Amino acid sequence: MKIMNMVNAINQAIDLKLEEDPDIVVFGEDVGVEGGVFRVTENLQKKHGARRVFDTPLAESAIVGSAVGMAVAGLKPVIEMQFSGFVYPAMNQIISHVARIRNRSRGRYGAPMVIRMPYGGGINALEHHSESMEALFAHTPGLKVVIPSTPGDAKGLLISAIESEDPIIFMEPKRLYRAIKQEVSEDKYSIPIGQAKVLSHGSDLTVVAYGALIREVQRAMVKAKDMGISVELIDLRTIYPIDKTTVIESIKKTGRLVVVTEGPGSFGVGAELITIANEEAFLHLEAPPKRVSGFDTIVPLPKGEHHYIISPDKILFEIEKTVKY
Amino acid sequence: MLEEFDSFKTEMFQVMDPAGNITKPEHFPKLKDKDIVGAYKKMLFARTADLMVVSYQRQGRIYTYPPNQGQEAISGAVAQIIRKDDWLVPAFRELGAWLAKGASLKEIFMYFMGFEEGSLFKNARNMLPMNVPIASQLQHATGIGYAINYKEKDEIVYTFVGDGGTSQGDFHEALNFAAVWKVPVIFIVQNNQFAISVPFKTQTASDGIAIKALAYGMPGIQVDGNDFLAMTKTFEEASEHAGSGKGPVLIEAVTYRMGAHTTSDDPSKYRTKEEEDEWAAKDPLVRLKKYLMTQKLWTDKEEETITGQYKKEIDRIFIEAEKHTDYPLEDVFKYQYADLPDDLLLQKAEHEKFLNWKASRK
Ligand SMILES: Cc1ncc(C[n+]2csc(CCOP(=O)(O)OP(=O)(O)O)c2C)c(N)n1
Repeated sequence: MKIMNMVNAINQAIDLKLEEDPDIVVFGEDVGVEGGVFRVTENLQKKHGARRVFDTPLAESAIVGSAVGMAVAGLKPVIEMQFSGFVYPAMNQIISHVARIRNRSRGRYGAPMVIRMPYGGGINALEHHSESMEALFAHTPGLKVVIPSTPGDAKGLLISAIESEDPIIFMEPKRLYRAIKQEVSEDKYSIPIGQAKVLSHGSDLTVVAYGALIREVQRAMVKAKDMGISVELIDLRTIYPIDKTTVIESIKKTGRLVVVTEGPGSFGVGAELITIANEEAFLHLEAPPKRVSGFDTIVPLPKGEHHYIISPDKILFEIEKTVKY
Repeated sequence: MLEEFDSFKTEMFQVMDPAGNITKPEHFPKLKDKDIVGAYKKMLFARTADLMVVSYQRQGRIYTYPPNQGQEAISGAVAQIIRKDDWLVPAFRELGAWLAKGASLKEIFMYFMGFEEGSLFKNARNMLPMNVPIASQLQHATGIGYAINYKEKDEIVYTFVGDGGTSQGDFHEALNFAAVWKVPVIFIVQNNQFAISVPFKTQTASDGIAIKALAYGMPGIQVDGNDFLAMTKTFEEASEHAGSGKGPVLIEAVTYRMGAHTTSDDPSKYRTKEEEDEWAAKDPLVRLKKYLMTQKLWTDKEEETITGQYKKEIDRIFIEAEKHTDYPLEDVFKYQYADLPDDLLLQKAEHEKFLNWKASRK
């Protein structure tokens, strides 16, 4: 065991896989010499060489599009979009090819790859550096979407993602990159994709969240506890395929659901979870399921970001309303 | 001159060498002595502001900022040529060009302090906000060019991109459309040798960017971007070309980003001190100053006095910008749509309910 932050843990997951599987290649903008703008791939080029870990010209579409060709020809690309807000030039490749080549070729070809990207707000950044658009990817048939909330989960989930035969969008909560440290095993281990985790057991209400907002929910839970509210917290960990079983079981137990997401609420992950609650646990519901989400607006620049970012108080507000309903 | 230095020859156009000597007097731009002094002062102002922002950032008074140091001659030359009605379609590293168009330093500070209002550029005619998604702005420039032709206006579009940006599909697509449509657009590539940590040789296998113009069917020229006189001469001719219905021009300004990529970057990770020193010797301000001093148009004394004045003025503007702290909730919603959907008003109202609840608990 070693104390690691999320940057260290992700770095180690990639490092271990590079050591183990000679077909893995790691590339993107600034990932080689510099080791990434967040230093997530630091030292990997030094250790594994510039044939395997390298900088590309500045073009997201070509990074993803080339990765499709590599994957089809037997390599395993683990690529980086510098920020999730810069994935858009590559959306054509992701939606039209990464997500579809398996179906199009009737299973003959696949595009197993991991597309890593830091996402989310809270770092006082310029425009386009704060987006949370997991819903866009989750809405695209053919993709799997993973979002860890702790260093330990990040490592285990990334190892599974790299080993997966399916393409994985791996979204990293950049606000937590260095904010949380915990003991993480230095061995190779994996956490299955598609499994949520119950972080705390409770009886009054189920809160489902993921990524950077887990910490905010936990902060809200401290106050909820003082108010005598017992919260069951589920960390979704994988957005798609969504772990219905864990969520439904919990709702059946508590009868109440609040979903917390950072991106715009409408047509999002919260809507999906509430649909699941309605379809699978309707008769167990004692209050209308509720979304806490970003507004359906563009993330404001730093001086307005506090209006947008979900605070523990906002979560508590909805928890209280839902429990008192 | 555009023909003489056509991109296929890959000879870099230069009028003044790094020592400030005029090597090609036949290409001296149409500038009077006082214009050159004026231009030097503007570049000095931009440099002073730029360096001060970097130190404000270190003091935690402003967020991430992309320094311009070393690239001032390019914007300085645009400032000489761009007209009130011409369009400026920015990237994010051409401070002098923004100021020339009428963007105020206060707005620029506010933008980097985290206010959208800093993108307003109230007094700048025909200027778009800064553009962060690399190279996407070039297509807007092409479209503006189409509208100018369509409306038969006498306007030219100046647009900026970095060397890294030339790798994007958007760069290729914008230039291709522009040449097919023969639009009055001047594409300015600030080849500052790096895209964050990635050096030019990783960006393209080509010797340069200007040569790519040939394949699009437009003139291209590689210019010493640290030579203010060569840059000005280039813009004189490019604007003549674009403004007379002959279509777009691609200008590759060869320069060097002397500072960090942004205030969150550490260049020592990817480049050597020797390389930095080599380029420091080609500093565009030092070069123009040498020229002005040999012409007896400028003295160290003047420089000292005026730099002192600039520092005071910039600090005053910065403090004024800092006074702006208010960011009402309404501002998050107000500009999302021309016709704001009721649903967004409801979201705002819901949030206000929460704020009231929060206030009542204190
Ligand atoms: C589409 C897109 N991808 C990535 C980024 C992140 N990024 C910001 S600046 C930059 C490098 C730009 O290099 P260059 O075009 O040479 O311009 P310079 O910064 O050197 O002026 C990168 C990769 C971005 N802003 N937009």
